[in-house]
Amino acid sequence: MSTLIKYTADGATEVENAFVYVVDDEAVPQGADIIVSLSRIKAEGEALLASGVRVGVQIEPADAVEDLAELLPFLALVAVAFPKFRDGRAYTSATLLRQRLGFNGEVRAVGDVLREQAYVMTRCGIDAFVPADGSSAAEWSRAAGHFRHVYQTAADGRTPAYAEQGRR
Amino acid sequence: MYRYDAIDKELLTDRSNEFRHQVARRLAGELSEDQFKPLRLMNGLYLQLHAYMLRVCIPYGTLNVAQVRRLAWIARTYDKDYGHFTTRQNIQFHWIKLRDAPDILDALAEVDLHAIQTSGNCIRNTTSDPRAGATAEEIDDPRVWSEAIRQWSTLHPEFSYLPRKFKIAVTASAKDRTAARVHDIGLALRRGRDGTLGFEVMVGGGMGRTPFIGQTIKEFLPATRLLSYLEAVLRVYNRAGRRDNIYKARIKILVSSLGAEEFGRQVEEEWAQIDGARADLPDTELARIRAAFIQPGLEVLPAVSDSYEAARAANPALARFIRNNVSAHKAPGYAIVDVSLKAHDATPGDANFDQLEAIADLAERFGLGDIRVTHEQNLVLPHVKQSDLPALFEGLAAVGLATPNINLVSDIIACPGLDYCALANARAIPVAQSIAQRFLDADRAELVGELKIKISGCINACGHHHVGHIGILGVDKKGEEYYQLTLGGSGAEDASIGKILGPGINADQVAPAVDRLVEVYLAERQGEERFLDTYRRIGMTPFKEAVYVDAH
Repeated sequence: MSTLIKYTADGATEVENAFVYVVDDEAVPQGADIIVSLSRIKAEGEALLASGVRVGVQIEPADAVEDLAELLPFLALVAVAFPKFRDGRAYTSATLLRQRLGFNGEVRAVGDVLREQAYVMTRCGIDAFVPADGSSAAEWSRAAGHFRHVYQTAADGRTPAYAEQGRR
Repeated sequence: MYRYDAIDKELLTDRSNEFRHQVARRLAGELSEDQFKPLRLMNGLYLQLHAYMLRVCIPYGTLNVAQVRRLAWIARTYDKDYGHFTTRQNIQFHWIKLRDAPDILDALAEVDLHAIQTSGNCIRNTTSDPRAGATAEEIDDPRVWSEAIRQWSTLHPEFSYLPRKFKIAVTASAKDRTAARVHDIGLALRRGRDGTLGFEVMVGGGMGRTPFIGQTIKEFLPATRLLSYLEAVLRVYNRAGRRDNIYKARIKILVSSLGAEEFGRQVEEEWAQIDGARADLPDTELARIRAAFIQPGLEVLPAVSDSYEAARAANPALARFIRNNVSAHKAPGYAIVDVSLKAHDATPGDANFDQLEAIADLAERFGLGDIRVTHEQNLVLPHVKQSDLPALFEGLAAVGLATPNINLVSDIIACPGLDYCALANARAIPVAQSIAQRFLDADRAELVGELKIKISGCINACGHHHVGHIGILGVDKKGEEYYQLTLGGSGAEDASIGKILGPGINADQVAPAVDRLVEVYLAERQGEERFLDTYRRIGMTPFKEAVYVDAH
């Protein structure tokens, strides 16, 4: 089972990943917590959410995250996919989940998830990571918390430089 | 000039430490070149033909004395004694070793310089007017807004992995010295009817293999709403820009395929959903930034300096320099001085250790310590007393920096070309030099007047050939270098893309061809027409016939 790193204000911890990703044409395993695609949740949402297991949805880069708006209160997590680390669309998806859609649950980065992107991912409101580079929680935490200051507002709510005590 | 406070400095230190760590991981083999590449690129480090190239950011082209001295020191310590100023107001060093890069970044950070986002698919250095704060033409000081954009765009979490690189220009005068219309976003400061400040927003300009002139999507954006609007543009682009083909990934392709109107509509729709209270810069911060650009040290002087007028009358070389390289300052008794990096035997944009040191000294003595870089690869001392011009001229001449050719035929933009660049198909520098050689007669060059020649060594168009009055593009034809000439381009407020003159010619034929084009212009021009104006009036045919006369 893959490592999952949860990141909170207190730092990063490694936890067990209880969710299985179910591809679209596969049957949903009984009793397991699942992550499904946006199209599947649109088609089978009612049945899946009534089945008693926890349900998450995976947003691919080309998906419109706004389509999840009405389902969000019922979801255990939203996974945002990075098929390649260079594909930055998930940063917008995560930002919108937090800032526009008001989602407070877990936003999980999956795919080509590398420590070098920990900082930007965290700032966009992503708070759970399945690292592809074998990073430990400690390494992840160091990378994510590397900068003492930020210049701009973002989904993580950090105080930007202009609002810091020393500058006002 | 904006001075870094503790927060700005700590951010640079953190960045420098982070990169040192990443280089160590790369050298230890923990990162593959594929994984390391975007990281080094976001720190301005390219792998070129012979060595690594480090591109150092010069935010909106503004430097102080200590920074220029540090660049000189880096040139001497880590490079072959020179640096190359680019068409994006940055400087690059072409002979860098990977293991030295972290030390260089530390040395830069000590004087508030860095290489952040000088490459990679992120928001690059903001281009601005090298005469900002010195010219009476400007509506507002564009550096205020450029600095706001610098901070906002630095390590922006949502926009660090865009489909492609992204360049913003801020211009504030009717005369555009930033090439705003060939940037991904061009921002032109405007005054509204009620006197408030705003921007005309142009998007989708660019060069490369498919050049476009930017189109206006908003006539008047209230200036205080700038950052939320930029966020909206970048978000629409980040989501919808193509990622399947590197050559179609720039915003210009998206704008062109959607149409500017539809793109603008999507931006408005996105913008309406952004909370301005979160996204826009508070007035207090804008006021803090603005205060940093109030120029201290300008004296109240008479409009005319008698000693200066006398020196000018007595020294024809000084008079020529003043005619071509000196312009009016907003303050009486002061002048704006352009320093040409286009001596006829030089590489356009190069400055060596001695020259950089001299510029720093002269700026300290005569220029209120302020040095600017232009996108045309020259330098500017924006605040010089007229009475100091003779001494400044002597000081510049002593290190070969008094070439009186600003905007003239030998003031050529050229990319590094095949002499350095791994992407190039052909050399650019020797072609520029051959043209400069051909127009050594300064009287003739002045007679010809403003003529912007721009040379690119490949279709990526780093030498801006599309917007040259005469553009020259190096191409590879079966292993041989050929050059394709275009006419009628402009990167200024009258922006246009040049049109191809005819079949490619070889390197030896370029300077003679330019000569023939100039002869046609001189024979045809009316009144005060520039080369570009004459071309626009009479069209391609007479020029084409003159160049290809032997082919008939």
